[in-house]
Amino acid sequence: MDLTLSPSEGGFRDEVRTWLLANNPGPEPEGGLDEVMAFRREWQLKLHAAGWAGISWPKEYGGRGATMIEQAIFVGEAARQEAPSPANVLGLAMGGPVVIAHGTDAQKQRYLEPILTGEEIWCQGFSEPESGSDLASLKTRAVKDGDEWVVSGQKVWTTFAQYAKWCMLLARTDPDVPRHQGLTYFLMDMEQEGVEAKPLVQITGEGEFNEVFMDEARIPEENVVGGVGNGWGVAITTLMNERAGLAFGAIAQIQNSLSRLARLAAEVRVEGGSSAAEDAYFRQRIAQLNIEAEAMRLAAYRGLTKTMQSGIPGPEGSLGKWQWSDISQGLNELALEIEGAYAPLSRGAAQAIDNGAWQYGFLRSRANSIEGGTTDILKNIIAERVLGLPRLR
Amino acid sequence: MYFDLTDEQQAIKSTAHDFLASRFKSERIREIAASEDGSDAAGWREMAELGWTGLAVPEEWGGQGLGIVELAILFEEMGYALATSPLFSNTIAGLALTLCGSDDQRERYLRPLAAGERRGTPALWDAGSTATPGAFAMEAQADGADTILSGEKILVPDAASADFFLVATSDGHRHLVDRAAAGVSVRAEESIDATRRLSTVSFDGVRVAAGDTLPASGSEYEHVFDRLCVALAAESTGIAQRTLDMAVEYAKDRQQFGRPIGAYQAVSHRCAQMLLETENVRSLVYGAAWAADAEPESLPRAASMAKAYASDAGWRVPNASIQVHGGIGFTWEHDLHFFLKRGRANAAMFGDARWHRERVAASVFAGARAPASS
Repeated sequence: MDLTLSPSEGGFRDEVRTWLLANNPGPEPEGGLDEVMAFRREWQLKLHAAGWAGISWPKEYGGRGATMIEQAIFVGEAARQEAPSPANVLGLAMGGPVVIAHGTDAQKQRYLEPILTGEEIWCQGFSEPESGSDLASLKTRAVKDGDEWVVSGQKVWTTFAQYAKWCMLLARTDPDVPRHQGLTYFLMDMEQEGVEAKPLVQITGEGEFNEVFMDEARIPEENVVGGVGNGWGVAITTLMNERAGLAFGAIAQIQNSLSRLARLAAEVRVEGGSSAAEDAYFRQRIAQLNIEAEAMRLAAYRGLTKTMQSGIPGPEGSLGKWQWSDISQGLNELALEIEGAYAPLSRGAAQAIDNGAWQYGFLRSRANSIEGGTTDILKNIIAERVLGLPRLR
Repeated sequence: MYFDLTDEQQAIKSTAHDFLASRFKSERIREIAASEDGSDAAGWREMAELGWTGLAVPEEWGGQGLGIVELAILFEEMGYALATSPLFSNTIAGLALTLCGSDDQRERYLRPLAAGERRGTPALWDAGSTATPGAFAMEAQADGADTILSGEKILVPDAASADFFLVATSDGHRHLVDRAAAGVSVRAEESIDATRRLSTVSFDGVRVAAGDTLPASGSEYEHVFDRLCVALAAESTGIAQRTLDMAVEYAKDRQQFGRPIGAYQAVSHRCAQMLLETENVRSLVYGAAWAADAEPESLPRAASMAKAYASDAGWRVPNASIQVHGGIGFTWEHDLHFFLKRGRANAAMFGDARWHRERVAASVFAGARAPASS
């Protein structure tokens, strides 16, 4: 057992740290998503030029060939220094790894470089209005027509579809076989007639997510990934990559938020004139969140050790995602509780605390227990796949 | 970065697991729990032969010289088996002598303790006090070079079968007192946990020779305290794991409405919650145990995080297991109540969840930094 970084891992961290200190462009611009995406594209170009895009991808595909621990160090350090997100998060974390694992040589040649540069943004077309947690029930239909597939249906919760060139699309190619076997994984060009993305306004008032409508959209047959009928297996790889790749960044963000929460508590007065940081009740709550966050961080390192030995992330990752959403929601809820009567005041209000950052956090974090697998479904996965309890279905 | 047990540590774990499973079967735990002094002489000899009485005692004093990670592994298994044994209180005495004793005291007390020949236990808290860590009221009255002790120490674990006590006084010192010394009397108390006896020990003008007062004082005992908290939290981890295993096994087996109850989400999600808490406390315990051995400056915060979480999970997980079992889980005949009771008693010992959370809060607001590996 050794929780310290090896000399080479420590050297890697120092390199990352130094580079980020010199190159981090700072906070994202305020205003609309268009400005934010332009800012992120520029940041990704800079990352790519310095070899920090696709760090866990093999070198032969333009990546850095970093180990899982080095990847964890990078995303953790970037989050700690509050560096912006790259523009093409889904391409880097999911699209590229899927093409590398399941794609043909021609696909690797075509798609990987523009993912790394951020020139082509990727989105993910999995969920549908009637197929959320029960993803394998999806109805979007793809029918072969000559050397093309013709696709009709609807996707939803598609992050950044409005900026995407490529959609990782899961569609039903054979309705007559058991449902997991009738699915195929496509790369669909978003820039065509027959594809329309409409932003969904969230409870924060923003529109990260979209509905995507496909009406006889066309996909050439060479854009199938992993073979017709193998879509389910390919999609599962993507989801596991997503979770494993994002975990350490999410953990570092929680640590940043906990530091901000402690500062908030030190600044806000409670009855009697002392600060929330001196209030026994708030001290207990803050301590508990810090304890849970530390348990999550340590569990992630235990999971990483296990994954590095077995090669694939296990179902235990579901525990981490569940706990992350609990902590993220819990700390934003506590911040509003500390703010007391000021809790309704959001960005723009003269008396808003921290310019409404916690109000935004409170609202945005409602999605944490839904996006990327609802907590309820994660509990099912844990019960069935970790504990071996029987399935209800 | 490697956060898992090494092969050697895994071997310690499986040896402990197998030995304890064969030694502490349900009937035997019940026999010991119902006995006069709650001790198990034969089991103790075997533990001594396995080297457990001196596991974390340095080799020069007859111990195995292993670390707190190995100690945590052992105590997790002790909890899993609900071993009815004074090994925990004896380990505290061993840590105190190792970290805070003089060589002469180590020769006279630590060497026989490591060999399993003499057992020690801490006598810390005073009757009528809040019995929270570090607050001791008994006065050390000087009489020439000697010290005279008078008063009542409460919540003393395994006192009836101990050979000596480490008695805390308000000046921050600990004194070695033999149970057989003039003026010492032990009165067993009733506790919800029959598997670990708690007693009140009276000291009526007990004379302590100068050489029996440990040289360390005050905050130096925090090194002992933090390590024993890790061991105790490890024991609660084992309790949680065992009662989770029992719940899962029962949920697979028990049929209602034509299905195993574990197929119902009301039950399976409860089990998932138990797993979350069990894995969390395990992560915190081994993180703190590693800190004790490799990064002691981060130990106080890590130990309190582990003990705070273990204090809650150590009884909540058995509690949830009782709920999964339904009526049978509420019977004396089923073993679950012993786990619930030990877990709840552990929660109260050496600082409860609230006390340790406050210690964590103090460290958060002092801006204490997370471990360097973060």
